[in-house]
Amino acid sequence: MATPLDPHAAIVTEAAGIDDGPLRTVDGQPLEKALARSSRAARRRAFMLVLPLLAFIVITFIMPIGQMLYRSVHNDGFAANMPQISAWFAETKPGTEPDEAAYAALAADLLASAEARSIGVVGTRINYEKSGTRSLFTSTGRQVRRGIEPPYREALLEIDDEWGDPELWGAMRNVSSAYTDSFYLASIDRTRNAQGEIERVEEHRRIYITLFMRTLALSALITALTFILGFPVAHLLATLPIRKSNMLMILVLLPFWTSLLVRTTSWMVLLQQQGVINDTLVWLGIIDQQGRLQMIYNQIGTIVAMTHILLPFMILPLYSVMRTINPGYVRAARSLGATSWTAFRRIYFPLTLPGLGAGALLVFILAIGYYITPALVGGSSGQLISNMIAEHMTGTLNWSMAAALAAILLGGVLILYWIYDRLVGIDNLKLG
Amino acid sequence: MKKTLILTTALCGMAFGASAQEVNLLSWGGAYGNSHLEAYAKPFEAETGVKVTIADADNPATPIKAMVEAGNVTADVASVEYADAVRLCDEGLLEEIDPSVLVAAEDGTGAMDDYIEGGVTDCFVGTDVYSMVMVYDDSKFADAKPSTPADFFDTEQFPGQRTMRKGAKFNLEFALMADGVPADEVYDLLETPEGVDRAFAKLDTIKDNVIWWEAGAQPPQLLADGEVSMAYAFNGRIFDAVMNDDKPFNIVWDGQIYEMEGWVIPQGAPNMDEALQFIAFSTAPANQARAAEFISYGPPRKSAAAIVGNIEGTEEPMGPHLPTTEANMGNALGSNLDFWVDYDSELNERFNAWLAG
Repeated sequence: MATPLDPHAAIVTEAAGIDDGPLRTVDGQPLEKALARSSRAARRRAFMLVLPLLAFIVITFIMPIGQMLYRSVHNDGFAANMPQISAWFAETKPGTEPDEAAYAALAADLLASAEARSIGVVGTRINYEKSGTRSLFTSTGRQVRRGIEPPYREALLEIDDEWGDPELWGAMRNVSSAYTDSFYLASIDRTRNAQGEIERVEEHRRIYITLFMRTLALSALITALTFILGFPVAHLLATLPIRKSNMLMILVLLPFWTSLLVRTTSWMVLLQQQGVINDTLVWLGIIDQQGRLQMIYNQIGTIVAMTHILLPFMILPLYSVMRTINPGYVRAARSLGATSWTAFRRIYFPLTLPGLGAGALLVFILAIGYYITPALVGGSSGQLISNMIAEHMTGTLNWSMAAALAAILLGGVLILYWIYDRLVGIDNLKLG
Repeated sequence: MKKTLILTTALCGMAFGASAQEVNLLSWGGAYGNSHLEAYAKPFEAETGVKVTIADADNPATPIKAMVEAGNVTADVASVEYADAVRLCDEGLLEEIDPSVLVAAEDGTGAMDDYIEGGVTDCFVGTDVYSMVMVYDDSKFADAKPSTPADFFDTEQFPGQRTMRKGAKFNLEFALMADGVPADEVYDLLETPEGVDRAFAKLDTIKDNVIWWEAGAQPPQLLADGEVSMAYAFNGRIFDAVMNDDKPFNIVWDGQIYEMEGWVIPQGAPNMDEALQFIAFSTAPANQARAAEFISYGPPRKSAAAIVGNIEGTEEPMGPHLPTTEANMGNALGSNLDFWVDYDSELNERFNAWLAG
């Protein structure tokens, strides 16, 4: 039965005599249009089927990440509540000496903000730039509410002479626009001075670059360790008869299925100074009571626990690739005179590369974002950058700073992914 | 006074008829939440007929911020730390609480005079005082026992690992006290760069002997494992381990730093009248004292501190275990929240850099 939506209906043309006009369906629609309409309907149906997933991804993944990225450059805590002084900053050049007009604008803003009870927001924002200034804003706000007379410069300086500090004015200028790079600068241990130039922060406050470097170095080390430990295991699993290898596979999967927290805390039981390993060493007489080893609450603890936890992520992709390698290749190489090392190096190992690439990428990316394990067993020297992000999320409540650090981490992951794609090719990635 | 207040509020409630008689309480759960339930919520329900619903949060300050910003406030009263109350109040996320609703002491002293300093602020009414105390494992020290903050930093005479809270707050003050600074000069000194340097220099001396804890449950665990011989930890957790698990941990009150927790009302709370009624009821001296029998946090009202009874379920008086007891306040320091609100980020950054370095 021919319907207007059916493209086959197009073969029924209205009149055989018309051969110069476009082909038409029974109801006189041009064929091209009917076809487009019917395929549009099919596309719409297909789209409706994936719509729930798309909505899920947008709501739970893309929007939060977008919001996070937005937060890292946008913080209008100061600009929105102190409009007049922000306007003054927008009109003048960095380093300009504040005049009476500036102080008048500042006083008016302080009054309005104190009355709207948003002075705490303003103070919090400026405190991120210059510590110890939050109370300057809140206490001045209280006094301004009691009444303030011109000239405002003298009046404000009388309340607190810190209002004349050029550094404070520099900090206010930095936060006077809602969009800012100051969180990114802080993430790489930089800041803007009163003249608006970028400079490094004081030595005792430099921390983020150290932590980024340590995170990268530890992640690389852990990836290498999982490779060294995981490769022979994966090889063994792949070459054993299937019944035996399934048995052994359980030994890999059981820890994989066990809660992360349980595995981390069991490492604490094993590694601590009064723990199983130290007790055994003392009992065997290898070390004495006083010489118990400190294997946890430092980098060693982080490395050991994370290597163990991430090991399955290396073994499983390697195993799945090794299973598919025909043992005949290595035998053929041997029959042609290759030593077993040469056969491994030139034949077997290159064939495992897609699995190795997938495993290394998985382990590395998981490792640079790791949080719970370093927090529990890392001590002071085993902390990673994610612990600082958590600190800013839950401790200092400086979400913009957390967002900037997280965005840098995300950027790093994307760059790694890009390099991997260029070097190995993402289509070579085999996860199973 | 208390009765009249409750009666009038109850009558008001009846006059409005349709308004549901309930208060939604946001608390912390655990032993602390239990003290709220037993000492405040149950008697309040029994006396007024207003139903109290308790919800738990890891830290109620976080949901308050989210609720108010989303314009969907479900909590009427929340228990938060003093610092969070100051911050949330400054940001306009809390209702101001009129102190005239508070109940006077038995002897007629006004509520404001009955409270310890800072116990009631614009948006906050204190319910209890907890503190950070030095504690040692008795079994680790056979002869001389540590008794001062200086002993905590003396790894020669008192060997073993220590555990301290990971962060600048509490540790810098404690380090200065251990360095011989009297409690009342600590914050003045910390406002100067020299003071901060001095505190870090003192911490440096035991840096290699410290395991840093992040969750309150860690210090008793580390002590119990024998991993550390001394800790600087929350008194309630230690008390709990001693009471319920018979651990040989001794608290040294010298050098304690105490801090307050209390009620706040989120901006736009649905049952404001009942919320105020509940706050008035729960902060009455008798009820505050009752709460202290469930958990070793001291009442911030002087008249309540005097009437705290036995530890719930035992014949042992709670008094000696409270941070606010006179005998424990000898060399005690009240945590200066205004200082920490201002210097928190700078000092924590420096602390983290110091740790990583």
